[in-house]
Amino acid sequence: MTGDAVREALAAIDRDARARILATLARRFGDLDLAEDATQEALTQALQTWPRTGVPESPEAWLQTTARRKALDHVRRESVLAQKLARVRIEEERGPVPAGLGDPAVVAGAQVRDPVPDDRLGLFFACCHPVMRPEDRVALTLRFVGGLSTAEVAHALLVPVATMQQRIVRAKQRIRTLGVPFGEPPRAELAARMAGVQKVIYLMYAEGFARSHGPGHVRDDLTAEAIRLARVLRGLAVDGASAETTGLLALLLLTEARRPARVGAVDGRPVPLAEQDRGLWDRELIGEGLALAEAAAGAPGAGAYAIQAAIAAVHAEATSFAQTDWDQIAVLYGMLEAYEPGPVVRLGRAVALGRARGPAVGMRLLDALAADAALQRFRPFHVARAVTFEELGEFAGAAAAYRRALELPGNEAEDGLLMASLEGIGGAGG
Amino acid sequence: MKYALLLMGHVDDPACGEDGGASPEEFFAFDREITEAGVVVTSFALEDPDQGVSVGSDAQGERVVSSGPFAEVREFVGGGYIIEVADIDEAVAWARKSPASAPGGHVEIRPLAPY
Repeated sequence: MTGDAVREALAAIDRDARARILATLARRFGDLDLAEDATQEALTQALQTWPRTGVPESPEAWLQTTARRKALDHVRRESVLAQKLARVRIEEERGPVPAGLGDPAVVAGAQVRDPVPDDRLGLFFACCHPVMRPEDRVALTLRFVGGLSTAEVAHALLVPVATMQQRIVRAKQRIRTLGVPFGEPPRAELAARMAGVQKVIYLMYAEGFARSHGPGHVRDDLTAEAIRLARVLRGLAVDGASAETTGLLALLLLTEARRPARVGAVDGRPVPLAEQDRGLWDRELIGEGLALAEAAAGAPGAGAYAIQAAIAAVHAEATSFAQTDWDQIAVLYGMLEAYEPGPVVRLGRAVALGRARGPAVGMRLLDALAADAALQRFRPFHVARAVTFEELGEFAGAAAAYRRALELPGNEAEDGLLMASLEGIGGAGG
Repeated sequence: MKYALLLMGHVDDPACGEDGGASPEEFFAFDREITEAGVVVTSFALEDPDQGVSVGSDAQGERVVSSGPFAEVREFVGGGYIIEVADIDEAVAWARKSPASAPGGHVEIRPLAPY
């Protein structure tokens, strides 16, 4: 058995499989740190064992079993042995909640503790537990369920990496100290935790749609996983959340439909929306997405995702970039701001209004956003300024904005496009 | 895991006490229920905060004993339970059920540190 074959087998254990192993251990032992350590030790063990024994038939099952044994070893060594073992047993033998807990909805929910039909979705709901701080729920889930690195999570949430490292450590400590369970919540509580889960799926898609670093522009594994989870989520049909789960799925499908046109076949560079070959757009996804977007917009409880799906639908229905109903998109962004006030939404509205009323208006609106610290660190903001400067014929300003964009996190394919744009206006040398 | 359920009231809240909020009977009924469920390790009820005494230190580090209440104190612990349950979900379920979380008060849940 060569080292190459072992490395290949381990490389095939993707972040999805690692997240599954982690989720199973977290659920069984109720300890995220222990689950992480044991998963890592199992991977290390594979590096030592597989060259001698050969790669097992099912590497994931081997790692799962080994990680569980490692975790049990840890528990046996620990001084809080009794407490931990008690929790493992409680997880396995957990009976109905005492009859004294009289809220009928909670009692009924606890009794029909039917499993969420996806293992990782169960861990999603645990990370989105209401006792966790809202800003930590998304970070935890992206890190441990989505399997993103801390740096990727930091980028997705627009915070510095060091800040994110501290937050994840503190959030893990809160889970441990409070005794947050890692199983699926009772059905009665699903609706309350839905918003956090939706956000996580949305951000997971966003990271796959345009990577925060690395060579390629897109990560099809992340977008595919986000769409898969969005479908499962909608299938749960939780009362009071169906408009937004439908809206979320519509948004992801309509965005995904553009995937074949978004990356250049030859150079792998991203293709701006204005230059995309709309003949490559996936008509089947658009059809499904439009129907869902329409259903979401008309349903009670429609909110931020239904509006974003409507924006994506306006793009999908336009026969060309010039034919796009930018006024309508600006109106929708205005509505979106009522649900999700934030710099990125204001940026979207500024760009749409700029398209509808001309680059001078667009530049004025973008200048008004320049004081926002989060946007100053947000590459698309500087790209929007660069493009608008270009349209106004102010090439020095455009070059400066492109250079600023290139200093910020982004993937190498995008860097290539920005460099080419910079060269195109003769600003590469300065 | 062991949790403390701290039943909190507000000094300046008109709903607290005789003008409204949960009645003593509701608290007695809750106490019976949670005790019969077998999760209570210990419990206590406190006299009003104006019967409180505070021991602290002055600027020189000398211990100082003073009588309460203090104008800036808006919240007080009215009583509490130490319970032993499987996880935070069960602790939250008991706190929801307590009359102390009705309008006019709230229940603070604190995990016990394992000393």
